Amino acid sequence: MLTEFGKIFVFILLAGGFVAIALVAASLIRPKRPTKEKLKTYECGEDPVGSPWVRFNIRFYVVALIFIIFDVEVVMLFPWALVYKNFGVYGFIVGAIFLLVLFLGMAYEWRKGDLEWARPKIEPPKMDIKFKPEIAPRPVEEKTVSEVE
Amino acid sequence: MNLYDIIFYLFAAITIVSAFIVVNAKNIVYAAFSLLFTFFGVSGLYVLLGADFIAIVQVMVYIGGILVLLLFGVMLTHKITSVDIKAGSVQTIPAVIIIGIFAALLIGLMYSTHWAVNPAEIPVTTTKSLGKTLVTEYVLIFELLGILLLVAMIGAATIARRDGDK
Amino acid sequence: MYEYLNNIVGNEVITYFVVAALPLFLVVLPFALIAVLAERKVSAHMQDRLGPMRVGYHGILQTVADILKLIQKEDIIIPQADKKLFNLAPFLVFIGSYAVFAALPFSSKFIGTNAEVGIFYILAVSGFVVAGILMGGWASDNKYSLLGAMRSAAQIVSYEIPTAIVVLTLVMITGTLNLGTMSEQQTAYFWNWNILGGAGEGIQQILLIPFMVVAFTILFISTLAEVNRTPFDIPEAESELVAGFHTEYSGMKFAMFFLAEYANMFAVSAIIVSLLFGGYQSPFGYLGNTLGIPALIPFEQLFWFLSKGVFFVFVQMWLRWTLPRLRVDQLMTVCWKYLIPYAVFNLLIVGIITLI
Repeated sequence: MLTEFGKIFVFILLAGGFVAIALVAASLIRPKRPTKEKLKTYECGEDPVGSPWVRFNIRFYVVALIFIIFDVEVVMLFPWALVYKNFGVYGFIVGAIFLLVLFLGMAYEWRKGDLEWARPKIEPPKMDIKFKPEIAPRPVEEKTVSEVE
Repeated sequence: MNLYDIIFYLFAAITIVSAFIVVNAKNIVYAAFSLLFTFFGVSGLYVLLGADFIAIVQVMVYIGGILVLLLFGVMLTHKITSVDIKAGSVQTIPAVIIIGIFAALLIGLMYSTHWAVNPAEIPVTTTKSLGKTLVTEYVLIFELLGILLLVAMIGAATIARRDGDK
Repeated sequence: MYEYLNNIVGNEVITYFVVAALPLFLVVLPFALIAVLAERKVSAHMQDRLGPMRVGYHGILQTVADILKLIQKEDIIIPQADKKLFNLAPFLVFIGSYAVFAALPFSSKFIGTNAEVGIFYILAVSGFVVAGILMGGWASDNKYSLLGAMRSAAQIVSYEIPTAIVVLTLVMITGTLNLGTMSEQQTAYFWNWNILGGAGEGIQQILLIPFMVVAFTILFISTLAEVNRTPFDIPEAESELVAGFHTEYSGMKFAMFFLAEYANMFAVSAIIVSLLFGGYQSPFGYLGNTLGIPALIPFEQLFWFLSKGVFFVFVQMWLRWTLPRLRVDQLMTVCWKYLIPYAVFNLLIVGIITLI
């Protein structure tokens, strides 16, 4: 007899096997006629400009950081939620304090504006000007192009 | 060698091989994704040890949280491929000596410890008993953990906050 | 279930694989087949169009034709792409989506794994999907893919918190993590469902109702965001990111992502159903009991579970044509400033009520 987790592992194996069979089956049927155009990075028909490695908004990282802390908190509360009723009011207060302490941190971040998704300041994109204009173009800061989002 | 042993060695192999790739990959994205398999293997080992709750925590916090954080961190960097992530100073002889000492210690411990052998069966569930000890015996630690997480959260936000943004 | 099939099949190992394959071939694939068509038909009728009409009567064979086309499609991997990770990503995404089905109680007799950690496990395996999405997005070497993957991952992890807190609330009421046990507790009639206060008695049950409605609202919104459906479909916003993280995928690999997406849609609906809407329980009692045929009951339960699940999938499709897409900053505001605080206070109030 497999254990309950063994059964989960069988589900995982089966899902992987299904994808493998589907992909292999398709590879036997489908044509393979690559052309230069097909093998180009898809960019809505334009020739791709620059690397996809644009610098990302730091907010993504902050979201993941805050997420981990809440994740650990929720994980710790699961065993508590199963048994707190056996301990009555005391059991509930133990969890409530834990939750409220964390919520204090959340309130702090809220107040400090860390939960705000930083929106980029809208500035005109820097243009690669080949000709010499009569009026000198307004100097634009370097970093505006690399900042996406 | 029964099924249990085979699965144990399977997970152990996954863990060790992927951990080896983590430290040796030239491409840091490969290193980060190998970590996924290391975490998965470790979680499988936890299951085999009968620690079902810890196994799920491993998947939830490490794969769902820390791996994503690492990947975001990698995506924020500029150079991805062929970054030499090894430290510049490689001192082979001291390293071998230290590793030898630690290996000897570990092996000595392994042989001198009296291992309690349990029948290879998974206990029903550990979550409820964990909850009971959290509310009774380790209640202070549980609350302190809350405060620790609070500190971590404030610290993380402070470090990540961009200077001169506001 | 396992014993019964073991008697038919004869071999233990094959039995496990048969049980693991049943949800795939009896639920996920037929569901995807119908849901893809339903999605197009529902969208069309909501916009006063007809939708696909050519293949079969009123286009009912459209999805079959689509699948036949997808199988024949060329598999394009651009040379700049990272081939290994590019090929691995569909596996991870589909495994993460399908692993959820192991812990769903389709009927009282059919649940893939009876592990005590049930719903907690379901929350955890979604991590594989996030890793797979980031892998596919990175390996494609495409701006749209990478940006879509980053947004997708950030959105899924953010909305996992309100989901988990609401699940925690339900765990507090029911005292179990196993979805099968949870469904069992919400016995036969609909006033015993958790959305109507659960199987508790007296004043406690009545007091719980408004908070369960709040819990349902939060859970529905956040699961909607977790499967990247409109109004939370910024990760694959067609007008700016083409198709999000799977822009570069074609042919069968794309089909796998698509299948995983539909499997996820059903999975989150099934989770809502098991937590709040009685799981596999019938709202009015069982025909099998009335007729005196107990063997009928598991099939009735399967029918109710699937119908309730499909109903919530329909609501998801309905919302797609009702609400406009949110912006990234609005998306994060909804999660961190509304859903999480509400969910936490909901949890605390429910905790106090359960102590009465």
